[in-house]
This record gives sequence, structure tokens and C-alpha cells, in this order.
Amino acid sequence: MTTVQNTIARIEVAEEHRKSESLTTKALRRLRKDKLTLMAMAVILVLVALAALAPVIEGQLGVSYTQVQTESRFLPFGSFPNILGTDDLGRDHLARLLYGGRVSLSIAFFAAMLSIVIGVSLGMITGYYGGIIDDVVNWFISTLNSIPQLFLLLIISALFIRTTTDSGVFPLILVLGLLGWTGTTRLVRGETLSLREREYVVAARAMGANPLRIMFVHILPNLFSVIIITLMIDLGSLIIAEATLSFLGLGVKPPEPTWGNMLQSARDYFNRGVHLVIMPGLLIFITVLCLYVIGDGLRDAFDPTAKE
Amino acid sequence: MIKYTLRRLFQAIPTFFGITILSYLLLWFAPGDPVSLLTFSPSTTPADRERLAARLGVNDPITVQYLRWLAGDDWMRIDDDGDNISDRCFILPCDADGDGVNEPPGERYGIIRGDFGRSFTRPRNVIDLIAERIPATLELGAISLMLGLVVGVPTGIFAAVRKGSGFDNFTRVSSVVFSAVPIFWLGLILILLFGRVLFPNLSPNPFMLGGQCPPVLIGGCPPLQGRLLYIFLPAFVLAAQVIAVYSRFMRASMLDVIGQDYMRTAHSKGLSRRTVWFRHGARNALIPLATFLGPAITGLLGGAVLTETIFSWPGLGRLGFESVIQQDYPMVMAFVIIGSLATIVGYILSDILYALIDPRIRFD
Repeated sequence: MTTVQNTIARIEVAEEHRKSESLTTKALRRLRKDKLTLMAMAVILVLVALAALAPVIEGQLGVSYTQVQTESRFLPFGSFPNILGTDDLGRDHLARLLYGGRVSLSIAFFAAMLSIVIGVSLGMITGYYGGIIDDVVNWFISTLNSIPQLFLLLIISALFIRTTTDSGVFPLILVLGLLGWTGTTRLVRGETLSLREREYVVAARAMGANPLRIMFVHILPNLFSVIIITLMIDLGSLIIAEATLSFLGLGVKPPEPTWGNMLQSARDYFNRGVHLVIMPGLLIFITVLCLYVIGDGLRDAFDPTAKE
Repeated sequence: MIKYTLRRLFQAIPTFFGITILSYLLLWFAPGDPVSLLTFSPSTTPADRERLAARLGVNDPITVQYLRWLAGDDWMRIDDDGDNISDRCFILPCDADGDGVNEPPGERYGIIRGDFGRSFTRPRNVIDLIAERIPATLELGAISLMLGLVVGVPTGIFAAVRKGSGFDNFTRVSSVVFSAVPIFWLGLILILLFGRVLFPNLSPNPFMLGGQCPPVLIGGCPPLQGRLLYIFLPAFVLAAQVIAVYSRFMRASMLDVIGQDYMRTAHSKGLSRRTVWFRHGARNALIPLATFLGPAITGLLGGAVLTETIFSWPGLGRLGFESVIQQDYPMVMAFVIIGSLATIVGYILSDILYALIDPRIRFD
């Protein structure tokens, strides 16, 4: 009799425990079952690892991403040792893709970080304080958003990046990061507006916590899911933005390879080097696709209204 | 309703001024000055330079320059007796260079009166150059938007009605695929596919050529039938993402509507499923689509830059891109202002349309 009751009690405790599971735990459990998202994460990890290992791979294959070799221009796929062939200057295509990936991925990563930091701080401040700061920031955002985004990027890049003497990686990160925060700000502001009225925030305020503490200790952790989802989508759009600018000749300058500027030079060699058109774009496409899939997967996993 | 429209228009004024200030500052801080841009010829004497600087007014304070650009200078220096020497002056001194003779009267009307000045690189007025490119972009944009609506909306509705079906999964995957593919690469691949792989012997190959002919709306060379071949690829590339976004949006909106009580009521009254879905469901699911008009205009203008550059389409996007590359400041400014105005108008139209379609939205 007692054992049965013990068992029942234990089940009840277990159920109670399961119910009180935090949203993050629940999300992680859901994510483990989401094969598609996991696969996309794996692909991204592989791509990042390959890009990081670019010098090693280059060394092992005995090829070079900078060495110009006029006698072996436009080698097709499957040559040796240039597995993916060579480009218009005889440089190894695979090595250039890997090094290009390094540049493209780091630009997207650092620009995303910059825009997230700006977006989240401004979003929390405007959402928490409201009033005149909120009005001014909102006015600024709607002004910035009224200018067609790509056009603004083009102009700023043309004016500022083209005049730098180096490859233009650092200014590009700044430009992309400083222009990309508006969406995050709006999102975070909305979340903060509702979080501000929660009991625990009111309680913290009643106990005399200062606004900075409330924002960082009580509001920020609750924005985690929003931030991580935005980060994934942002990374995807930033990779496209970088590629677009570099493709148009307004981003990273050759000889520094990125997936975008590799396509720019490939466009002139439609006849002799079709492989040069296909691969960089394919890598951009796969990376962005995976990031969007991860973003969607995370959104579903963190959705508090979703049923098990 | 009229009050609501007026209020929205009124609200747009600060945004518009924000844009003018922002874009003016941007170019002010830009490296390189217009005078040296215009006088790269080594035979230009310093005196010529001075005269050009005076004519462009680059030595005036930034506020005066901004004001001149915004509202013109025909009211700053007025010539009363027709001797080409200004007699009455506001803001600006009549005799700026101190030679004892008053300067000629102002001749600019400012952007708020449609005077964007003259292009640096082409010997014509900016506004004329832009106006003659509008039809080509309008043609491309309208067809893409239409494709987006005609393909995207029904796709989204059917996907929602048949949630979980093969069709639903297929469209969901393709919509993610098309939002992830860089459109310039899609354009290149399609040119490759149609020009080299599918029709390698066509000469001239309309898919490869892109817009070698002026568009129909301004009396282009091939008749409409032939024109369709030329516009096929650029319109598809531009429409691909519109279709992806619209179908995803419609699916979500339709799923939301399907869960509503009135849908269950309609079902339980014994109405046919088709009536319930399309008369009660789709019509309500379409309402939020009105909010997409504003973003659509920005998106199409941005996409036009890439699509037109790749397909050599003689439209606004390509002109804008060329102006940016050539640092043709008056053109660039005009593009920013006109593009932003189009966006603002798009957003206002969205709001008004939304309020018109959905009686639950109140105007005040």
C-alpha cells in the first residue's frame, strides 16, 4: 500500500517538475527532436570549421589562394591538386572559397554582434523609459527605414569604403553593423514594454533596484530567445548584404577574397569558367539557408504557446 | 477618413525632413568635394575653380547650402530690374566676393519644388534623367509585384487549407529557399541556364541580352510579345522573393483565420468547404496583406538595383547604381529623396488601404 502511494507521489512530483520546467529547458528538449534544425546547425559548424582550417587545408593540398599561375588558368572541377579548379589568374578555387568564407563569415558575425548590441541596448532603453527618448529613437528609425536599405548601403560604401586603402573589411563591418540595428530595436522595445509591467519587475522596482539593474538582471535574460532568433536571421541577411556589396564592387576589395567579390570577377568569365560562378553563390545560399532554418527552428522551439 | 489621411500625411513631414537632413549630412561628410570632382582636367586654372566654387556655393555655411538645396535660392537673391544683378537679398549677402558688384540672382528652386540640380556626369537636369528611366522600372516592378500577388497569395492560401500536405511542405521549403538565395546569383545562374544550357544557339538570345531595347512604355523595339521574353528573367528574379514572402505571410494569416470561431460557425451551418475557405476565410486573411504595400515598394526599388544591373535593364536601379559609382552627388541625393518619398507614400497608402478594407480599424 505504501509503496503504491510512494510511486504515485513520485509520479506526481515528476509531473510537477516537468510542468515547472523553464522555457529554455523546454526549448532545448524540442530542439533535440528537430532534425532539420540540428542538421542546419551541423552544416554551419562544418562550414565554420572548414573556413577556420583554411590555412591547414591549403597547406595539405599544396595549393595557394594568392599565388598567380598564368599557365594554369581556368582549370575545371576535379583537376589535381586544384580539386575545385582555378580562377582567372590560376589561383586555387577551393582555397579561395575557404579564405573567402573566413572573411564573409567574420564580417557577418562582427556586424551582427555590433547591431545586436546597439539594437538591444536602444530597445531596452526606449522600451523601459518611454517618453522623449522613445520618440526621438522612433523618429530616427522610421527615417532610416524610409530610405531604401540597399541604396543607403551602396551610398555609404561608395563614399567611405572605396576611399580606404586597405581591403575594406573593417569599414564594411562598421557600416553593416551601424545600419542594421533598427529591426532589433523595434523588437526588443516591444518585448521590454510588456516585460516592464510584469510583477517581478514591479517588485524589483518597489525594492529600490535601479533601472540599470532592472534592465540587465530582470529584463535582459528574458530577451534571450528573441535575441538569439534575431541573431540567426541577421547573420543570414548580413551575409547576403556583404555579398551584394562586394559583388557590386562596393564591399571588400580584391585580392582579399569574399564569396561576394569572387562572384564579381567570375561574372566576366562566363565562357571559360562556369565553375567560378556556381560555387561562391552556392556557399552563400547554403549558409544563409541554414541560418534561416535555424532561426525558424529556434522560434518554434522557444514559442511558449506551442503544444508538445 | 479624410482627417485620418491628412493626419498621416502630416506625420510624414518630420520623417521627410529627417531624410533630407540625414542625406545632406551624409554627403557633407563624404570625402572629396564636388569642385575637384568636376575639375579633374589639369588645364583648369585656380580662378576657374574659384568661379565654379562660387557658382556651386560650396563656400557658404552648411545651413545655407542645405537651405538652398532644399528650398532653392531664387528667393535669397532677387533681381528686380532684369540686369542679372541681384537687388534684394535674404540670408545671403548680395555681394559675396566683395568686389563691389552684387552677385547674379539665384536660379535654383530647391528639391521641394522639384529642382534637383544638374547631373555632374551628364549634361542634363537630374529630374529629366530620372523621369525618363521611370517607365522601365515601373514595367519591371509592376510585373514582379503582380507575379508576387498572383502566385504568392493563392499558394499561401492553399498551403494553409491543406496544412501538412505535400503541397504545403513543398511551398514552405521553396519559400525559405527563395528568401535565402542571393538574387544577383539567382540572376547569374538563370542567365547561364537559359542563355548557355537551354538555348545556346539563339541569336540574339533575349535571355542573355536582357534589356538591350527600350521598354514598351516608351516605344521600345520589340512588340509586346517579344518584350515578354526580355522581361521574363528579370521579372522572375525580382519576383522570386516577393512570392516567397507573400506565400509565407498568406499561409500564416490564413492559418490564423482558420482557427477563428466564425469559421467553425460557418462550417457548422453546413456551408460547403469551398465557400467557408474562400468567402469567409481568404477574404479576411487578405486584409493584413495591405500592410505589405509600403515594404514592397522599398524592396522592389532595392531589388531593381541588382536586377537591372545584372540584366542591363535601362531603369532607375541601374541609373542609381551608376550615379553612386560615379559619385554624381546631385543624382544620388535625388535617388535618396525620391526613393524615400515613394516608401513613405507606400506606407501611408498601406495604412489607408488597411483602414478602408477593415472596418474594425478606427480612423481616430
